[in-house]
Amino acid sequence: MSDKGTLAIYWAASCGGCEIGILALNEKILDVAAAFDIVFCPCIMDTKARDVEHMPDGHIDVCLFNGGIRTSEQEYMARLLRQKSKVLVAFGSCAHEGCIPGLANVTNRQSIFETVYLDSPSTDNPGRTLPLPEVQHNGFHLALPVFYDTVRTLGQTVKVDYYLPGCPPEADRVWDAVVAILEGTLPAPGSVIGAQTTVCDECTRTRSEKKIKAFKRTWQVWPEESQCLLEQGLICCGPATRAGCQSRCPTVNSPCIGCYGPNAGVEDQGARLITALASVIDSNDAEEVERIVREGVPDPVGTFYRFSLAHSLLRRAALVPDEERHELPLPRAAQ
Amino acid sequence: MLREIYEPKIVGFFCNWCSYRAADGAGTARIKYAPNVRVVRLMCSGRVDPAFVLKALALGADGVLVAGCHPGECHYIEQNYKTMRRFAMLQHTLTALGISARRVRLVWASAGEGAHLAREIDRFVEDVRTLGPLHWQTQLAEPDHTAEIDRILVEHAEAMEVGR
Repeated sequence: MSDKGTLAIYWAASCGGCEIGILALNEKILDVAAAFDIVFCPCIMDTKARDVEHMPDGHIDVCLFNGGIRTSEQEYMARLLRQKSKVLVAFGSCAHEGCIPGLANVTNRQSIFETVYLDSPSTDNPGRTLPLPEVQHNGFHLALPVFYDTVRTLGQTVKVDYYLPGCPPEADRVWDAVVAILEGTLPAPGSVIGAQTTVCDECTRTRSEKKIKAFKRTWQVWPEESQCLLEQGLICCGPATRAGCQSRCPTVNSPCIGCYGPNAGVEDQGARLITALASVIDSNDAEEVERIVREGVPDPVGTFYRFSLAHSLLRRAALVPDEERHELPLPRAAQ
Repeated sequence: MLREIYEPKIVGFFCNWCSYRAADGAGTARIKYAPNVRVVRLMCSGRVDPAFVLKALALGADGVLVAGCHPGECHYIEQNYKTMRRFAMLQHTLTALGISARRVRLVWASAGEGAHLAREIDRFVEDVRTLGPLHWQTQLAEPDHTAEIDRILVEHAEAMEVGR
């Protein structure tokens, strides 16, 4: 065994883009390899959970964990890697705040199973078989992980030392984090490694007074290239999103969609975005405001919480919506 | 069967300059109104971050009442218009999350309108009573798999003869 540090990279409910995000370090990946032995990374190496189980506690110096927690297997791996790692980093938007997989929190296990295994046009399932956590087959006991109703973030599951936001994290920010780890200049545990301010602070577009009579969707306009996108009626998540990407999307004439999560000090990205957008609507008439909102934001959850639903204050949509409750009228207290 | 009597828990965010004084006035005038609202006094209804409302609901409130000065009468010129716009977006979002827009209400009440505010509070409490409890934390509860996962951790450790 060399005197290098040990590094683990794991994925849970994620898309694999975070591994690509690490590879985007390009030739600097060689510096990472010079500093660390990669001891566990199912994406690129033949390593198994058993290998991790066999390690003494705290054997892994740094674990970059990407993905949210959707199944009991992912929860098990999160807890196992927590136990075996000195520093556990929630790497990328999924581990940090649920990201796109977390948007499934607008629905539930039953509906997801019905869509995936029964209703989708390409599915052929005449027996209408749905996955079960346990089954007896030819005398064997077979088990699958339990699929949860709600996607949780890594931080809602185990103690996380650092968060590295982004979908995926920008290579430069990953490198900053690697340097901070190697030089021992990490911030206080529990904090986000990255910028404190918003995407607007990095955006080079010209800003003046914002007054909007209607929100437009990206396919409806060809945005002017130097003016603030929000002023042009496009919903840009910049005012409520953490900096760190050099405003990559606005630079190429596309509004920010919020993948870096809320900026420092903000608990709920959607609430902050609502606050920001409410200030730019140019109407003091309640009915007109309602029309602008209804017509301009057809999908409020997907717009305000595209990346952060699992990490928001409510975390999910109601399992039983108010509209579907058919409870008996409850007794009143004496008048 | 005995059913527990449900009293809606409601959090109120009232503006210092109008509705909070209206509530005060209602009290001084001995006007009776439902005791279900826990009032938080703010300097302006414009101070109500949507996060306050979401947090109240997430932590157990069945409804949230925001009260401010009538449009055009804001102590800070036009902040209650921002409240109105924010509120429209918040209701739109809550509806999409399966929470009835009737669980949150925005009312205008000037400092002299104690009776009006008392009436609005009564009406809101009755509306939330009809909707039933929200109990948000039960929406988040998953069956607890901790014991099962602990068992796997121990079993695997024993099988692999891992020293602790």
